Amino acid sequence: MAYLQLEDIKKSFGEAHIIKGVNLEIAKGEFIVFVGPSGCGKSTLLRLIAGLEPITSGRLSLDGKDITHTPSGKRDLAMVFQSYALYPHMSVYDNMSFALKLAKVPKDVIQTKVEHAAKTLNLTNYLTRTPKELSGGQRQRVAIGRAIVRAPKVFLFDEPLSNLDAALRGNTRVEIHKLHRALGATSIYVTHDQVEAMTLADRVVVLRDGLIEQVGTPMALYDRPANQFVAQFIGMPSMNMVEAKAIPSFSAQTGGRLPADGFLGVRPEALRVHPGQGLGAPARVELIEALGADTLIHIDVGGVPLVARQNERTALQAGDAVSVELDPSVLHFFNREGRTVAA
Amino acid sequence: MQPDNFLGVALRTVCAWAVTLLLFFPLGWLVLTAFKTELQAIHVPPLFVFTPTLDNFTEVQRRSDYLLFARNSLITSIGSTVIGLLIAAPAAYSMAFFRTKRTRDILMWMLSTKMMPAVGALVPIYVLAQTAGLLDTRTALTVVFTLSNLPIMVWMLYSAYKDIPNEILEAARMDGASLWTEFRHVVLPLSIGGLASTGLLCLVLSWNEAFWALNLSSAKAGTLATLIASYSSPEGLFWAKLSAASLMAIAPIVVFGWFSQKQLVQGLTFGAVK
Amino acid sequence: MNRLLPRALMAPAVLTLVLWMLVPLLMTIYFSFVNYNLMQPGERTFAGLDNFHYFITDPDFWPAVWNTLVLIGSVILITVVLGVGLALLVNEPFPGRGIVRVLLISPFFVMPTVNALLWKHMMMNPIYGVLADLWRAFGAEPVDWLTDVPLFSVIVMVAWQWLPFACLIFITSLQSLDREQMEAARMDGASAVQRFGYLTLPHLGRPMAVVIMIEMIFLLSVFAEIAITTNGGPGNESTNLTYLIFKQSLMNFDVGVASAGALFAVVMANIVAAFLIRIIGKNLD
Repeated sequence: MAYLQLEDIKKSFGEAHIIKGVNLEIAKGEFIVFVGPSGCGKSTLLRLIAGLEPITSGRLSLDGKDITHTPSGKRDLAMVFQSYALYPHMSVYDNMSFALKLAKVPKDVIQTKVEHAAKTLNLTNYLTRTPKELSGGQRQRVAIGRAIVRAPKVFLFDEPLSNLDAALRGNTRVEIHKLHRALGATSIYVTHDQVEAMTLADRVVVLRDGLIEQVGTPMALYDRPANQFVAQFIGMPSMNMVEAKAIPSFSAQTGGRLPADGFLGVRPEALRVHPGQGLGAPARVELIEALGADTLIHIDVGGVPLVARQNERTALQAGDAVSVELDPSVLHFFNREGRTVAA
Repeated sequence: MQPDNFLGVALRTVCAWAVTLLLFFPLGWLVLTAFKTELQAIHVPPLFVFTPTLDNFTEVQRRSDYLLFARNSLITSIGSTVIGLLIAAPAAYSMAFFRTKRTRDILMWMLSTKMMPAVGALVPIYVLAQTAGLLDTRTALTVVFTLSNLPIMVWMLYSAYKDIPNEILEAARMDGASLWTEFRHVVLPLSIGGLASTGLLCLVLSWNEAFWALNLSSAKAGTLATLIASYSSPEGLFWAKLSAASLMAIAPIVVFGWFSQKQLVQGLTFGAVK
Repeated sequence: MNRLLPRALMAPAVLTLVLWMLVPLLMTIYFSFVNYNLMQPGERTFAGLDNFHYFITDPDFWPAVWNTLVLIGSVILITVVLGVGLALLVNEPFPGRGIVRVLLISPFFVMPTVNALLWKHMMMNPIYGVLADLWRAFGAEPVDWLTDVPLFSVIVMVAWQWLPFACLIFITSLQSLDREQMEAARMDGASAVQRFGYLTLPHLGRPMAVVIMIEMIFLLSVFAEIAITTNGGPGNESTNLTYLIFKQSLMNFDVGVASAGALFAVVMANIVAAFLIRIIGKNLD
């Protein structure tokens, strides 16, 4: 029996069908990430689980209990909002203890719990401050602290890092990861950033248009995407898609495994660029992006734009003639509808 | 915006101050005259330098029982404000947090009731008050003031409630707050400012209200507005006393107005100008 | 609970306002078709359209309508033009700006009755008033304002009171003027006058519309100033629609005719209100 189970969950707002039938089983202690493009319904799904929106049809159960119609406050879930949603008129201490106070937990117990959470999050010196006196990162930690103190059955995160600047985002991401290792709490995390998805998740749920495209560990999604959408969504820069007949020498290199009217998917790191003429397909360099540790080479192969990646520096420049080879062991084939075909 | 040049700023300062003093002059003159003797008040040419006296203030109280009218003003203003808030707050709360398709129409309709000229209701209200024996009573005035200001109060409170970010309420809900707890611990503290300015606006509007006060009340329930109006037929020298009475009548409200200009004007324009 | 609570919360406000709207309106409509004089309260005979006819053919009617229009129009013109000017003047910082703003806003909070008497006696009295002194200082005959130019005097009083309102609205609006847009215009070579005409004035278009509409609604009901200073006179020179209705009802005690007049005023106000609601409605969310 899964810890958190979604059975055929559907949600509509009037005529608009936002969630079209989602089935998911989440085990206790798992860190699940909902990821997908804007408008795919990931935040809506989270809010359905939280109870902030009513479920149109379907069943939601937690730890064996049906909570489809239970009010949010009684589901024993805690949520970290994108904009933190701290109570502006209360101190950090009061923000973190509010839920416990409402549950009539004795004062000394509250104090112990809040102080413990504050220590974990380095907030001990800020307990008497109000949210306006805190920086963005600190507010975010208070929002997390507010959730931790309640020791809920499931933690819900709604794009918690998107309001932070890049450097802070990186640090906080690592902190959240460590926190999960320490607490072992079941968590559902919504983001549009696939780096967060790849690094934080035990399993990733890719959503599009209100339906699940694929569920799996980050590496499973990376190595064995179920369809073109997932293949191009996961991985940065995205997987190169080549129409079957577009580059004859590529098709030759696949040894006939590619469907005649399908697509060939090649990750940038599976392309090898050699200067001058050589064994692979002839190409011309369009642009070089040198990032220090990685180099991205944008090439034009007979009219098809591709991106190759290598971790050596290059002496190549825009306009150079090059030849491009595939690594045949990591190719992906898709039929015309976009589904992965066995290699 | 424009580069800081001394001449520009100097010119602006002079112009602004000149215009301001010109516009403020009548009020300023009122203030000065309140402290003059009657003879000084009508002195030709006008006196700017004189020894101030407080006689007028005491005289006004003695002659026309200023305190009675002031008390009526106070009671009707505060009364209409309190009752108004009690009626408007729940309505605004409901409209802000339990929005339906009809909410907007209802709000607009409420605002439109404010736009009807008072004179349209003068006759029926007068007749009703007369029949109910409520002419010249504070009750009638308080009721009428409350009803006149109700639409604006609902509107201002609605805006104040809408300003509370929805996510904070959702967070409270997830923390286990019931509707009442949500209101008491989150909505109320965060909307206290809006409540205060709404109350203040109602206070100002009721205090200054002249149309209904003049028509529905006189000797017993008259407000300061009616008291001042009674000075309109001159009986001997009385300007200094008039000024004193006027000053006492307007001072609190003008001061209130200084402190809450933005909110008051927002309320009066129904928020149409940001 | 979900349906009941919101309705219960709104009920008192909605009910009271419905009563406040409906009861007087229905009564007014009833009275306007009836012969009803407060001196003879027992007599209520059906009068058909007599009251309307009487109201409109009252020799004071058209002058009152005209005066109302002149009053509203002039005050709006003065307050908007001067309001914009003042707002521009005060928009940039200068020494003492805080105090200036406080002083400028004051007239708006003065009770209408005080306003009226302040002007009647202190300023406009032809013998002792300040304006009289000023006129004499320049060697001219003092003007007997309230007798010679009653409507103009009322206009001055009301405009003085409403100027701060317009000014404050425009100041608020000017503060939301896009600075970057102004700077871009300057770099494009626009002069101060051009910037005003092409950027500032259009930006002020909306608040001007609001000021005009709001003033139209409130100015229709100007009463205290007239009642206390000129009593509508001399003759009917400063009688506006509101005062005329008042005169009919509480001075002539002719409730029927007054009601007919009130309906007329309500219709006028409704038309203006319809426009204002449209503007506000767009702003609601």
